[in-house]
Amino acid sequence: MDFAVIVEYFPRLLQGAVTTLELVLVSGIIGSLLALPIGLARHSHRWWLKAIPYGYIFFFRGTPLLVQIFLVYYGIAQFESIRESSLWPYLREPYWCAIIAFSLNTAAYTAEILRGALGAVPRGEVEAAKSIGMRKVQLYKRIMLPRALGMIMPAYGNEVILMLKGSAPASTITLLDLTGMARTIIARTYTPIEIFLAAGVIYLLMSMAIIQLFRYLEMRSNRHMEVAR
Amino acid sequence: MFDLQGFGDQLLEGATITIQLAMASLVVGLILGTLAAVARLSDNRIAQKIATLYSTVIRGIPELLTVLIIYFGTATLLMAIARQFGYDEYIEIGPFTAGVIALGLTFGAYASEVLRGAIIAIPKGQREAGLSIGMSPMKIFFRITMPQVWKLALPGLGNLFLVLLKDTALVSVVGLHDIMMKTREAVSYSKDPFLFYSAAAFLYLSLTIVSMVFIHYMEKRTNRWGGQA
Repeated sequence: MDFAVIVEYFPRLLQGAVTTLELVLVSGIIGSLLALPIGLARHSHRWWLKAIPYGYIFFFRGTPLLVQIFLVYYGIAQFESIRESSLWPYLREPYWCAIIAFSLNTAAYTAEILRGALGAVPRGEVEAAKSIGMRKVQLYKRIMLPRALGMIMPAYGNEVILMLKGSAPASTITLLDLTGMARTIIARTYTPIEIFLAAGVIYLLMSMAIIQLFRYLEMRSNRHMEVAR
Repeated sequence: MFDLQGFGDQLLEGATITIQLAMASLVVGLILGTLAAVARLSDNRIAQKIATLYSTVIRGIPELLTVLIIYFGTATLLMAIARQFGYDEYIEIGPFTAGVIALGLTFGAYASEVLRGAIIAIPKGQREAGLSIGMSPMKIFFRITMPQVWKLALPGLGNLFLVLLKDTALVSVVGLHDIMMKTREAVSYSKDPFLFYSAAAFLYLSLTIVSMVFIHYMEKRTNRWGGQA
């Protein structure tokens, strides 16, 4: 073990870690915004409203993330109409392609989590809301969604950690995230064990930080139940 | 409908490699998972610590990084050990072996949590009953605990297998000729990435569906006598 190598390249690894966090944060935000309508549609009682999100979720959960990244990065660029569109400056960048793939992927998983939580809102609370004359929009805005949000936190925390780990394949489309940076450094120094282990430790620390964050969020979004517990 | 330009059988060949990798990793993972679960529930402090460390570390770092560490790291490590014994030749482990070790380690870490939960769920009285009629702890484990653990753990293990199946795509990064690699070859020849990555997605989706049907069949089979564990 050559610790000098780790010390020398540590700042570059941290730089990669920042890119990784950025990817997770941006696609996490876009993904959860997308997940909201998808999850709500999936919770619907109408079969045609349920069918589309079902297909979407099935595709994104049933295929490897790597395929999805390649489909966006290599696949979309193939079409003339895309290359001539005003979105091309973004779709050309591996960074945005990774964000698109991750957002679509995490949206599928998050929507499924949301559906589960919506189904778990106690029946009595829904009936109570209906009996005092709440309309459907009010019911969802004031009762269903806030309740579901509190229930979602532990599962969503897991999803964010999976996203953190899922972001590593971004290095295969030349992005310099933590894994990509580690591979670049190793190509120069030929010290795979030292650098990969250092990267592994940084990933572990990031996972732990995310776990702590979600423990806090869970406590916060359920603080009205403090007395009941 | 789709013109795969003669690459169809290449993709299918890749699919057999993917299936082989998934199956081999499943076997390795189940063995590691069982060992880790038993170690965590044992009275041996050191065994407990090692198993906890194993599952925490592996679950906290990206699967891709595990694959890279095993592929590049193991060879370096083996060479360092071999040099101590006066063997100076170049040692290399193939991508398939590295994939089996890396994915087996990953599956084992998650499986140990599932199995641990299942073992805990077996009523203590059954173990005591076994002891009272003079069964050895080994015999109790294989004849009373394990048959029931299998039934309880199957849904969890089934989910993990679906994750494992998708993770096999990552091993193509170190050069395994699985579905992903074959697709990449087809793309570089045909310049038709969208078609071929869609075909790859379709192949993975089919494998997922087949696995889901099989897991469902197994669950039905293990529950055919009804009753609870």
